Amino acid sequence: MTAYIGKRLLAAIPVILGLSIIVFLVMKLIPGDPAQALLGSYATPDNVERINRALGLDRSWPEQYVIWIGNLLHGDFGRSYILNRPVLDEVLERFGATLILAGASLLICSVLGILAGIASAVRQFGWTDRIVTFFVLIGISMPAFFLGLVFILFFAVQWRLLPASGMYAVYGGGDLLDLLRHLILPAGTLAIVATGVVARLTRAAMLEVLRQDFIRTARAKGLSENVVIYRHAFRAALVSVIPVLGIQAGFVLGGAVYIETVFQWPGLGQMLVKAVSTRDLLLVQGGVLVAATVYVLVNLLADVAQAMLDPRLKA
Amino acid sequence: MIRKWKAIAPLLLAATALALVSPASAQTPPNILVVGQIAEPASLDPQVSTAANDFRIAVNIYDGLVRNKPGTLDIEPALATDWTISDDGLEYTFTLRPDVTFHDGTPFNADAVKFNFDRMLREDHPFYSTGPFPLAFFFSSVKSVDVIDDLTVKFTLNEPYAPFMSNLASPTGLIVSPAAVEQYGKDFGRHPVGTGPFKFEEWQSNTSVIASRNDAYWDGAPALEAVIFRPITDANTRVAEMLSGGIDVLLETPPDNIAQFRDDANYQVVEAVGPHVWYVMLNAKDGPFADKRVRQAVNYAVNKESLVTDVLQGTADVSAGPIPPAFNWAYNETVQPYPYDPEKAKALLAEAGAEGAKLTFLVTEGGSGMLDPVPMGTAIQADLAAVGLDVEIKTYEWNTFLSEVNPGLEGKGDMAEMAWMTSDPDTLPFLTLRTEAWPDKGGFNSSYYSNPEVDALLDKARLSTDPAERGDLYKQVQTITHEDAPWLFVANWKQNAVVTSAVGDFELQPDFSLILRDVTKQ
Repeated sequence: MTAYIGKRLLAAIPVILGLSIIVFLVMKLIPGDPAQALLGSYATPDNVERINRALGLDRSWPEQYVIWIGNLLHGDFGRSYILNRPVLDEVLERFGATLILAGASLLICSVLGILAGIASAVRQFGWTDRIVTFFVLIGISMPAFFLGLVFILFFAVQWRLLPASGMYAVYGGGDLLDLLRHLILPAGTLAIVATGVVARLTRAAMLEVLRQDFIRTARAKGLSENVVIYRHAFRAALVSVIPVLGIQAGFVLGGAVYIETVFQWPGLGQMLVKAVSTRDLLLVQGGVLVAATVYVLVNLLADVAQAMLDPRLKA
Repeated sequence: MIRKWKAIAPLLLAATALALVSPASAQTPPNILVVGQIAEPASLDPQVSTAANDFRIAVNIYDGLVRNKPGTLDIEPALATDWTISDDGLEYTFTLRPDVTFHDGTPFNADAVKFNFDRMLREDHPFYSTGPFPLAFFFSSVKSVDVIDDLTVKFTLNEPYAPFMSNLASPTGLIVSPAAVEQYGKDFGRHPVGTGPFKFEEWQSNTSVIASRNDAYWDGAPALEAVIFRPITDANTRVAEMLSGGIDVLLETPPDNIAQFRDDANYQVVEAVGPHVWYVMLNAKDGPFADKRVRQAVNYAVNKESLVTDVLQGTADVSAGPIPPAFNWAYNETVQPYPYDPEKAKALLAEAGAEGAKLTFLVTEGGSGMLDPVPMGTAIQADLAAVGLDVEIKTYEWNTFLSEVNPGLEGKGDMAEMAWMTSDPDTLPFLTLRTEAWPDKGGFNSSYYSNPEVDALLDKARLSTDPAERGDLYKQVQTITHEDAPWLFVANWKQNAVVTSAVGDFELQPDFSLILRDVTKQ
């Protein structure tokens, strides 16, 4: 198993390196540069040249990339052009916020999705199945940013039960309870779509398992229905559900981009949107690098968990 | 056991939910003003930053040598109490306010002033590396800054430059503490130290910037105990925060929400004109707009009144020319906006033989001061279609748009949206209407307007230090450009803000800054 994990980690290195080259090229190829974003209407050729010189952007592309990689190997992610602050400070702060948001919604969508999936599979075409399917379809079809605004409108504006945006109250607050209050709406919104997907796939996986011989055997042995469903069927279905959770982790990280914007959640997604539009290359690189690494790690984790559950994959 | 759990679990859940959703924190604390900003600040170093969003914080932490008198664009003393300008317009000597200290306790004096301008302008300055200073060119005419004595400082210019005083009153002219720059170096922008009415306390990234009252402020300590600036990027979320009581001041309210706040006694809507111009540049080099009559025709064809009332919901006024009325001393009242007259437009098009011309219109999706660029572009397209012009719109993201438009429209399009906010009437026409400002000469005249008379007037206005004479020259510029119609003149934005009824003496300033030193909150 250790050798397998090591191999997977090594394989991730070229992926991330390649990604950094793609990000670098895309950022260089789209028109506009940080000097222009800084200067706005005042971006005369003279001014742009002066700023580019100050930022080291007057060097050739390969030179810039090699300098960046060189610094990276020394643990230096560079300085954001626009924010005037070390990239690593900004990225780590932001990443912490995204991790909380994505982690919370991944937890919600796993628990709710799996429960809903099991419930509807157990009584296929029963009324529970129909109701679950109905809500799951609404969840999957609803644009999350719109749903977010609707939640804000009711929970924050109309009923004044929860804060509309932010991660902590700007005065007082700052404790765990404060964080949870701010977390409910964005994490809930983000989880809704993912919950739908998990529920659909759990239902399908459960239905397939429930038709198999060993379930009939278990029932024939006189085991209680609960034991059959949860101990036998669900365990077998979990093997195909876990990789889906891994993919959902990627979805939740990606979905965080617009949820963070709607809820002013100070996370990585919101940072990347701004960094791309201001052509803040080093900040984009730093953010993408961290997000990609996490994505690779989460999927590795899912694969390992699957292998541990399914002896056939252990080889 | 399990059965017991089943009974308790719902109760526990309900209790947790109740604790989480208690509506206790819906109100902002007394005498602390919470401002909903449009974005996270980039830097609070006023020489490094270029964003209006950052300047709204900076002007409350720092002072300049001079400032704009509240509610106007007239210069009044700030850190300088008095000044003299030599007859040749090359030497400005300032007498500094005595007994002023920076928030870090170090004295404000002539050395501090020299440090500020040398840091920004001299590449050999030890702290030049704390830049870049994108707007340093505001002061590029400064040859040297000399300390005469502790409270006297002299600026020597290369050539007479009339906008010098208004540039000193702009955020780029704010004075920072040299000791703090030496201490924090490149990170000074996150540890700002000035002499202003509020002292910087804390910057929590992407959550808040907090500044507290400076009890020793030379112009009288402010009434507010503290100010909290909260970045809320999404306009809908910003409105929701205002409605749910999370902020006291809402900046840049979306046009569609203004009416809602106006009708509610719990809120006050505050508006002010600003030196903003929204226009469509018309390619005078190639294509139909090379003919002046076609340029005039589109000015007649577009219903500007409907644009500002229907699309912009009354958040802007119809504009008449390149100089906004906010510069009242330079604004020509006799120049009226082109009336909406489609018949006249058709006649002019027929005269010029441009009926049914195909035009390409570059439109941006957003951007600084661009208001609602896509709906506005579409409305203009419809008005032009009504007089028989076939307009194709090409839409670009803001920075892509700038890199398309700034190098010049030749071969790319016939018309392009643009907006400017400036601190002096010189800036916009000087950079966008002179022959010497064509893109190949390093300016922003991307639509190649050229009139030697306008060139001469603008050059002369820049050298004159007599405001009355300068004003007169700009008035002549407006008369000529109105007739020449280098642009489709559209709108001057009125900035707006919404404040709760607890907030008193809140005013927006024509220079787009946010002055909070006189604001109160019950």
